[in-house]
Amino acid sequence: MIALKFPEMYEILVWKDLFPTFNKISLIAVMAVVISTVIFLLAARQDHNEAPRGVRNLAESIVEFIENGVIMQTMGRDGLGWTPFLLSMFLFIYLCNVPGIIPFLQMPATARMAVPLFLALLVWVIYNATGIKHQGFGGYFKSTLFPPGVPKALYILVTPIEFISAIIVRPFSLAVRLFANMMAGHILLVTFAVLSEALFQAKDKVLIPVGILPMFMLIFLTGFEVLVAFLQAYIFVILTAVYIGGAAHPEH
Amino acid sequence: MEAIARLIAADPTPAELKNNAAAASAGYAYGLAAIGPGIGIGYLVGKSVEAMARQPEAAGMVRTTMFLGIAFTEALALIGFVVFILLKFA
Repeated sequence: MIALKFPEMYEILVWKDLFPTFNKISLIAVMAVVISTVIFLLAARQDHNEAPRGVRNLAESIVEFIENGVIMQTMGRDGLGWTPFLLSMFLFIYLCNVPGIIPFLQMPATARMAVPLFLALLVWVIYNATGIKHQGFGGYFKSTLFPPGVPKALYILVTPIEFISAIIVRPFSLAVRLFANMMAGHILLVTFAVLSEALFQAKDKVLIPVGILPMFMLIFLTGFEVLVAFLQAYIFVILTAVYIGGAAHPEH
Repeated sequence: MEAIARLIAADPTPAELKNNAAAASAGYAYGLAAIGPGIGIGYLVGKSVEAMARQPEAAGMVRTTMFLGIAFTEALALIGFVVFILLKFA
């Protein structure tokens, strides 16, 4: 038998304070902000008449990705004014996700509910405010709760559903999607790491080579997490763009 | 074998019973929550690949819509996962 001891949930997710009120999650979040700011500050210092190189190349390709991959696909040309907001959102979420696979950090900051919840509430406030600004208070709620083209009698059914989906479910699912994806990935990595460690240290010598199997799975899943970190940031931003676009132009 | 013998011999306290029930139902909660989204995502991606193969010039648009659909479908499975964590650890 092998001594397989899965660490307590508290041990996986809660970190000791580096100094009071500042733990590893806060460190990762602060680093995400600092890194994304520094990239764009360095990029802005280069002469914009020359061909872009180095950091500026990176910054320009990120901006282009947000403009072509997110905004043009969902909001069209009118939405290009939202680039700075969506760009900073994307970079922050991505740089919070990626530490889940960086050695010695090994913790996605978005795997604690507070970070995605705050981001989702921010998005909720922004798309509701955009709708009220573009259509007026009455107009926004009329177009959200009473979608046009529905028979009058069906409003009894449609209005509560629309209310629940637009006001309650949207921020909830935004937050839970990001949180649960990163958390699931983190727990998966912990599981395979614990399993291969236990097999490598097994008393029965036959079991030691078997430990290579979870080890390979761990490497494969680490590669998978690279993809997930990017995809979750992308999905969060694209859903934000869809919600804002839908609030600004209800007829789409 | 030793563990099984101990399980049979021991008289579970109410707290242990509650823990066992929570662990079992946590497993069921996630397992059942994964069925529907599994079918849904398979169907969704399959159809998207079909559409991309038929009209490669529309691939970008189809891909964006596919990710949106996956995000909505996947949310159900993830809520199941959160329920699993809440039952097991909370």
